[in-house]
Amino acid sequence: MEEPVLKIEHLNISFLQYTNGMRQSQLDVIRDLDVEVNAGEMVAVVGSSGSGKSLLAHAVLGILPYNAARGGRMTYRGSELTQERIEKLRGSEIVMVPQSLSYLDPLVKIGKQIRKGRNDQKTVEKLKNIFRRYDLKEEVEDLYPFELSGGMNRRILISTALIEEPKLVIADEPTPGLDLKVAKRAMGHFRELADLGAGVLVITHDLELALETADRVVVFYAGCTVEEAASKDFIREETLRHPYTKALWRALPQHGFQFIEGVQPYVKEMPEGCPFSPRCGMCTQECRSDIPYRSLRGGRVRCLYAT
Amino acid sequence: MEKRLGIQIRNKVIRMVLLVLTTSMLTFILMKASPIDPLQANVGQAALGSMSHEQVEKLEEYWGVGESPVKQYVSWAADFIRGDMGTSLLYRQPVADVIAVKLANSLFLMVTAWILSGILGFFLGVISGMNRGRWIDRLVKGYCLLISSTPTFWLALLLLMVFGVWLKILPVGLSVPIGVEAAGVTFFDRVYHAVLPALTLSITGVSNIALHTREKMIGIMESEYVLFARARGEKGLVLFWHHGLRNALLPAITLHFAAVSEIFGGSVLVEQVFSYPGLGQAAVSAGLGSDMPLLMAITIISALFVFGGNMIADILYGIVDPRIRKGGAA
Repeated sequence: MEEPVLKIEHLNISFLQYTNGMRQSQLDVIRDLDVEVNAGEMVAVVGSSGSGKSLLAHAVLGILPYNAARGGRMTYRGSELTQERIEKLRGSEIVMVPQSLSYLDPLVKIGKQIRKGRNDQKTVEKLKNIFRRYDLKEEVEDLYPFELSGGMNRRILISTALIEEPKLVIADEPTPGLDLKVAKRAMGHFRELADLGAGVLVITHDLELALETADRVVVFYAGCTVEEAASKDFIREETLRHPYTKALWRALPQHGFQFIEGVQPYVKEMPEGCPFSPRCGMCTQECRSDIPYRSLRGGRVRCLYAT
Repeated sequence: MEKRLGIQIRNKVIRMVLLVLTTSMLTFILMKASPIDPLQANVGQAALGSMSHEQVEKLEEYWGVGESPVKQYVSWAADFIRGDMGTSLLYRQPVADVIAVKLANSLFLMVTAWILSGILGFFLGVISGMNRGRWIDRLVKGYCLLISSTPTFWLALLLLMVFGVWLKILPVGLSVPIGVEAAGVTFFDRVYHAVLPALTLSITGVSNIALHTREKMIGIMESEYVLFARARGEKGLVLFWHHGLRNALLPAITLHFAAVSEIFGGSVLVEQVFSYPGLGQAAVSAGLGSDMPLLMAITIISALFVFGGNMIADILYGIVDPRIRKGGAA
């Protein structure tokens, strides 16, 4: 089998924080994250807001803040993705599509910014093609970010990825506050990138949208990946594996909008063992220990009792 | 757009007139309230004692002692509006002529200092901000804090001692060499004499702009757009050129035009220390010598300078920042 474009094993990210003056404490925001993206495949990492999933994008691109520490192993096309290697690849083979326009320089015109200041014939031509493809007028190149209309934003941001020759695209929350139609179209653009042969990793909170376009969904809960499932596994509850994923499934509008008690635990009050245990109906004493992430029915799950 | 501009210009003019009016009044009131007796200050106690009553009365008339302040102010203002700034009592020349000479001297000093401190301050700030926490940042920051807590005149004295007295490579004062005919003074002589005062002004002017630019630069480096630029493989000088320079330059320009006032204020002290015959020194002698017409004119010119600096900052900001430029057009 071909090597996956991106393979992340046991990724953990922690922050050093000063509390009460000089006391240092370590915040483990991401504790154990596993994900794989193959060429031509679109994988969605789904987690609720504030669960730290944006950090995954920042880790892959090597732009974590200075007080963050990263552990685990990231492999890009067969060899380890070290900071030096990231710095060589980012912006050409590995690209990120940011959340919002605030990631663009307010004082640089759109066209110049997408081209990163390159003015060679080939890049200029390429951008024209991208704009044509996304139905953006040529004049948009001469606008400043603040002049863009809401509908254009997504297409502009995704253009920053297309101007390169990306083999791996990381999209960080690509549909924030968008209405369903625009959001679907935005996800559709990422699907196209995958169909063109790139590996696409979409980080989102919107399970429904993810299921429509992604090949696989990785469910992220309280710093851990709890389940990895094919999108088609979500058609029926029985094909899902983890109790949290099942709860998510039942919370979808078409499946009855049922919610479960409690909230996702805060980083500092993380229960031992399974992070979902306080809200889980099948939790036992065993769940207080480390739970392995194991393969199950073509997917993976971090639960002792999943069958 | 046309209409907006018209309103803007009108508002600025109104503000300028009000500014001139209030500063002139305030200067006048302060001068009248000052305990300096113009006769004693300019003629001297001993000379006054030996004069006849008529002579003293004549002198009192010349220096405007005992006249109604309101009448005095109104007549001065009426002349000023007609473009007549009066005659300097100390120099016995039209105020306009005195100011023309002094301003030319000062302007050379101030413009040099302003440009030097601006460029130097901006780059120190940028380097410092981009290397936050490293030794170069600490060095720049330390320098700026040290300089901004140092009185200008003290720094002037220090430089004078080092370069003028110990090393003897630069003149200790004045704007031209002593004992040379006015016609024999070369441009080089003038520059040579302006180096120390200009240097003092530049050194003190640097810290403000450098510290401000540093803060701005740190903000830029932490911004989402720089984060994204880094994620797109931009780094180092390219990153700075594409995203840092313009974003940092805008506020720096505004700040620096607004800092015209500080250079102006500083020049008064520095000119005093170096006996440099500029506007600042003229202001001091006019104040101490009760030369009302000259002091009034200098105060107003300084106020206009500062006003002009702020106004240029305003206008420039609108030109350079597309958000303001295009926002205004929409």
